[in-house]
Amino acid sequence: MSELETAASADKLRRVAIDPVSRVEGHGKVTILLDDQNKVHQVRLHIVEFRGFEKFIQGRPYWEVPVMVQRLCGICPVSHHLAASKALDMMMGVRQLTPTAEKVRRLMHYGQILQSHALHFFHLASPDLLFGFGSDVAARNVVGVIGAHPEIAKKGVLLRKFGQEIIRMTAGKRVHGTGSIPGGVNKSLAPDDRAELLKDIYQMVAWSREAVGMIRGLFEQNLAEYNEFGRFPSAGMCLVRADGAMDLYHGGLRGRDIDGNTLFDHYDYGRYWEVIEEDVKPWSYMKFPFFKSLGPDEGSYRVGPLTRVTQCDSIPTPLADKERKEFMAFDGGSVTGATLGYHWARMIEMLHAAESIKDLLHDDDISGHDLMATGQRQERGVGVIEAPRGTLIHHYRVDENDQVIRANLIVSTTHNNQAMNTAVREVAKKYLNGREITEGLLNHIEVAIRAFDPCLSCATHALGQMPLEVAIVDADGTVIDEATRDHRGLTHEIHEAGQTP
Amino acid sequence: MNATNTFQLDGEEIPFAPGQTIIQAAAAHGAYIPHLCWHPDFSPHGSCKLCTVKVNGRFGSACTMEAQPGMEVENRTAELDDKRRTLLQMFFVEGNHFCPSCEKSGNCVLQATAYELKMMSPHFDMFYPDRPVDASHPDILLDFNRCIMCSLCVTASREVDGKNVFAMGGRGILGRRIHINSESGRLGDTDFAATDRAASICPVGVILHKRKGFAVPIGERTYDLAPISAQVKETRS
Repeated sequence: MSELETAASADKLRRVAIDPVSRVEGHGKVTILLDDQNKVHQVRLHIVEFRGFEKFIQGRPYWEVPVMVQRLCGICPVSHHLAASKALDMMMGVRQLTPTAEKVRRLMHYGQILQSHALHFFHLASPDLLFGFGSDVAARNVVGVIGAHPEIAKKGVLLRKFGQEIIRMTAGKRVHGTGSIPGGVNKSLAPDDRAELLKDIYQMVAWSREAVGMIRGLFEQNLAEYNEFGRFPSAGMCLVRADGAMDLYHGGLRGRDIDGNTLFDHYDYGRYWEVIEEDVKPWSYMKFPFFKSLGPDEGSYRVGPLTRVTQCDSIPTPLADKERKEFMAFDGGSVTGATLGYHWARMIEMLHAAESIKDLLHDDDISGHDLMATGQRQERGVGVIEAPRGTLIHHYRVDENDQVIRANLIVSTTHNNQAMNTAVREVAKKYLNGREITEGLLNHIEVAIRAFDPCLSCATHALGQMPLEVAIVDADGTVIDEATRDHRGLTHEIHEAGQTP
Repeated sequence: MNATNTFQLDGEEIPFAPGQTIIQAAAAHGAYIPHLCWHPDFSPHGSCKLCTVKVNGRFGSACTMEAQPGMEVENRTAELDDKRRTLLQMFFVEGNHFCPSCEKSGNCVLQATAYELKMMSPHFDMFYPDRPVDASHPDILLDFNRCIMCSLCVTASREVDGKNVFAMGGRGILGRRIHINSESGRLGDTDFAATDRAASICPVGVILHKRKGFAVPIGERTYDLAPISAQVKETRS
């Protein structure tokens, strides 16, 4: 059990709650236990994710699953759509898709990576990075970014729009389409759509390069703070291609411990349960995956852009690979272990996605007509994909009547559960210990969480405007201090000690 | 055709042959009267009531009422479409209709009619009936969650296929349902075939050919191409 996970004794400790955490996808909360001197004794990130999908797809026909499970999320439905399709490819015995099918799926996936990373960086994270973690809350949101940096905001919007258009053209809709089906795809890219995307892709590549430069510049300006913010050593897991290069769509599993030693490499993800397992803790609704070989206490790891960029041997597109090399070498490699390094890595991946889209648009297979493959039917299938937020695992068993009888989904944010908890504990120790709680200080906790871009559930909230309520309660339950932020994100209200809100 | 054999449908002159119902004559003329349980290839069932029109000021079912010379028929009036919308909402809440993950989406008469009549919400509380899926047949899946009791499968199996695979039974909103005529009550134990007419008659997503799923992309499905009112010739199969 890590330090600050559970206080030695909760008696006479005050509880501070950040509920919900804002500018992330979905709902989560942080609880902090403090003593009379505001020394932090316990910090926990709780994520109220209801994984009912695993239950209610039981009994459904397997071909319905890729369309149904993508409703888990409104931001990264393509990831679930493709992970489920890949699992059911395996179930159908399809070992190799047709070239057109694989390239159309990859195009859809890179469109998703592009739009999701742009959304996160420009809309969710940039207010903290551009204005400062403890800056005026009234301006620390996407509207503030539009006002102060309209060109940056505009590029973010247009990058996201471009990614969404790719999804629409390959899946039929910007959100929750039907393009990928077990065994292949139901359409290829129409020639008109291909021409339309080719018109803009070079601009998207250029803007993605600028975005990498922008986050690099922010690191250069704030190196000490960014490098140390929520920093902790961590193991990691991601997919890599057969040659060790980054592959966000397909590959084998690579797991490394906190010292960078390889625990498994090119591991067949169809047997993922042999290398990872999920732990349960009584205070969280979400499981805690860990490397089996290291055990639940030492085996936690993180996934997502930072892990992928640092664990791959190369990136198979030239501009992104050049940026990867510079990232790895920057300040002697110090940023590769920084929690905020996620942002930099995320932008390198966005550049990789843009370059990959460009390459696919120049490949005639993308508009081909051979869409489906067949194989020898199997009892079960596992599909793994590198979603924007990290490794996503879908696992299904299907009976002889074509009905799903078992499903297991391990989403990216679940892999990062322990890592996010560790990061917020590091931040709480450094920034909250012994200090009076303010909105700006609490936002530091959220900044650490946002670095992981957690997808807590479907995102339906207004960005940057989530209501926030922080209450300090003494040992007998009396609220002695409270700060609230309303739905406009503007009001800051403090109750006097002893008052009941 | 006798020149006097016409009636007025929303002010438009509709010719008809003796014995034709109002909806048959309207469909032959390209005029759309909303409906669910009627199919041009089969005798009318008259159960869904969506085709209710006003004939000379009185309500009647366009699928069962024979056309008569000089009739004045109101069809797409605000009053009638409002009542049809309410009927549709009742259909939606009585079953488990989850269009977002339904493979019939885009090809579904119920969904297309709801779009046509601008149904924006279910309005009523959902019933959430417990209707198990029958996946026992090697080629056909039955998802009763979406059944609207139109009985077209019953008719097609009996009248065209000569098999009597389906039957309506039970009482009440939750009790009435389609039964399978086999000892086990499962489709896999009948002589039903994917080539039967009944296998391609369902206007909603109950009788499904297995392993087809979402093979038709969005944009190319029946009602992506044109609204149901513009496709009066039936394209349910």
